[in-house]
Amino acid sequence: MTTTPAFAGWRFRQPSVIPGFGLTLGFSLAYLTLIILIPLSGLVWRSASLGWTDFLAIATDRRTLKALEISFGTAFIAAAINVVFGTVVAWVLVRYRFPGRRVIDAMVDLPFALPTAVAGIALTTLYSPKGWMGALLAPLGIKVAYTPLGIVIALIFIGLPFVVRTVQPIIEEIDKEVEEAAATLGANRFQTITKVLFPGLAPAVITGFALAFARGVGEYGSVIFIAGNLPYVSEIAPLLIVIRLEEYDYAAATAIATIMLALSFLMLLVINLIQSRTRKRYG
Amino acid sequence: MADPELYPADAYHQHASLAVTERPLARAALMALAFAFLAIFLLLPLVVVFEQAFSRGIAPFLSAINDPDTIAAIRLTLLVAVISVPLNLVFGVAAAWAIAKFEFKGKAFLTTLIDLPFSVSPVISGLVYVLLFGASSLLGPWLKMHGIVILFAVPGIVLATVFVTFPFVARELIPLMQEQGTGDEEAALSLGANGWQTFWHVTLPNIKWGLLYGVLLCNARAMGEFGAVSVVSGHIRGLTNTMPLHVEILYNEYNAVAAFAVASVLAGLALVTLVLKTLLELRYGAEIAATRGH
Repeated sequence: MTTTPAFAGWRFRQPSVIPGFGLTLGFSLAYLTLIILIPLSGLVWRSASLGWTDFLAIATDRRTLKALEISFGTAFIAAAINVVFGTVVAWVLVRYRFPGRRVIDAMVDLPFALPTAVAGIALTTLYSPKGWMGALLAPLGIKVAYTPLGIVIALIFIGLPFVVRTVQPIIEEIDKEVEEAAATLGANRFQTITKVLFPGLAPAVITGFALAFARGVGEYGSVIFIAGNLPYVSEIAPLLIVIRLEEYDYAAATAIATIMLALSFLMLLVINLIQSRTRKRYG
Repeated sequence: MADPELYPADAYHQHASLAVTERPLARAALMALAFAFLAIFLLLPLVVVFEQAFSRGIAPFLSAINDPDTIAAIRLTLLVAVISVPLNLVFGVAAAWAIAKFEFKGKAFLTTLIDLPFSVSPVISGLVYVLLFGASSLLGPWLKMHGIVILFAVPGIVLATVFVTFPFVARELIPLMQEQGTGDEEAALSLGANGWQTFWHVTLPNIKWGLLYGVLLCNARAMGEFGAVSVVSGHIRGLTNTMPLHVEILYNEYNAVAAFAVASVLAGLALVTLVLKTLLELRYGAEIAATRGH
């Protein structure tokens, strides 16, 4: 790898005096291949060996479709809610000074640090009819635990830091002179925010949405406790994979996993495209 | 930012506040909205964990923690973290060295591949190992013949954990080492240090806080991972149950106090992680680089 290429113009790497390129890159590639690439391609290979008819039969099974719809639907709603409140939280944390700001700022990362199973049982207890929130919502006729609404609640918890941590640094970077200019030119505060500041934040907001959404689609631990897991109603796709595995139906588990992976990558690709367009438009 | 020297402090502040902030009422409303949201979605779940754990007093809590199955789960969780975190630490340093200190073709692609496990559902991270080592796989019969047990045992749990926590250290170190460039290393080398000396005495001191930060996040996830481990563990009490899995079993047995007792230990660990993380950010912010979050 460190030998000089035979022809000039194309080089695998730029020359450097620093040693260890072959060792570190070689080790990294070997480790990546063993831990990630071989297992993942094993999944794709197993799913390809199913054959089209079997694959389509599993993919178009009503229970599979419904589980995918629930996973992607609830993750979308939760990410959308997180975009709104997460941006408000980021704004408040950057722009306002108040006692305990650092503590609150640190707490935003709680969902990253708290094991998902712990979040799952805590949210279920909180939103069960006898729980603090559940008892509050029950008289209004709102049931959260053991319904799709419970899934959304769990995914809001899981996704919040993704939005806040993506938007926060961009708000910190906003040049106050831009806002002053807008105000000087006669814009009121609302116009300044919606027409001047928000377009600059849009790429970060979209990235935050994408990260929260992608995480929500695959989330398992925090959801299965609160969801109730009723097939066709509140059964998420990752749970259906586990159920198929426990039935030793490897074909179905593999097929559903492959569809999930393909859909997630497709979504990320689309969002990346939207993002690069927004960047171009607003520089 | 306008130069504060141009305006006397007070005048500047007043001028700024008129133009670039919200009216007091809007301000209060936004703050109330943010606090209410955070209180409901972050604070309440955390409080509930401890409230439930101690709802019958301290004795049931202690007996739940002292249960042999719980102790076995704590041991296994520590064992899994002690194996998988160093593995990903070594990988993270090696990958960051190759990516940050050299220019080569396909670098961006490699960086994307390293992040791949973040976009894979934890359940799928476990499933891939079941497909690779399970009875119905190509390797399955061979493993059985040689008496090698991977699935539903510690090796499988470690592999799934390594998969899930794979990017943590690397993604902290890559931007940090890219920012630091290669000047220090080149100076050390030109003064006669060899590669290892350069790494130990020049690079490592430069990246130690960022490294610690990555290890902290990696460890939190390794000890808390549920979905991936659940698929490969087999859920054998006292043998292949990690702490998060033990929480699930206790909870499903309607033993809420014990479930929340074990959960509160994990929540305590999460709080310690957050405190250490915040301290690192406050004291060594510049040496951890601007990359924040997961």
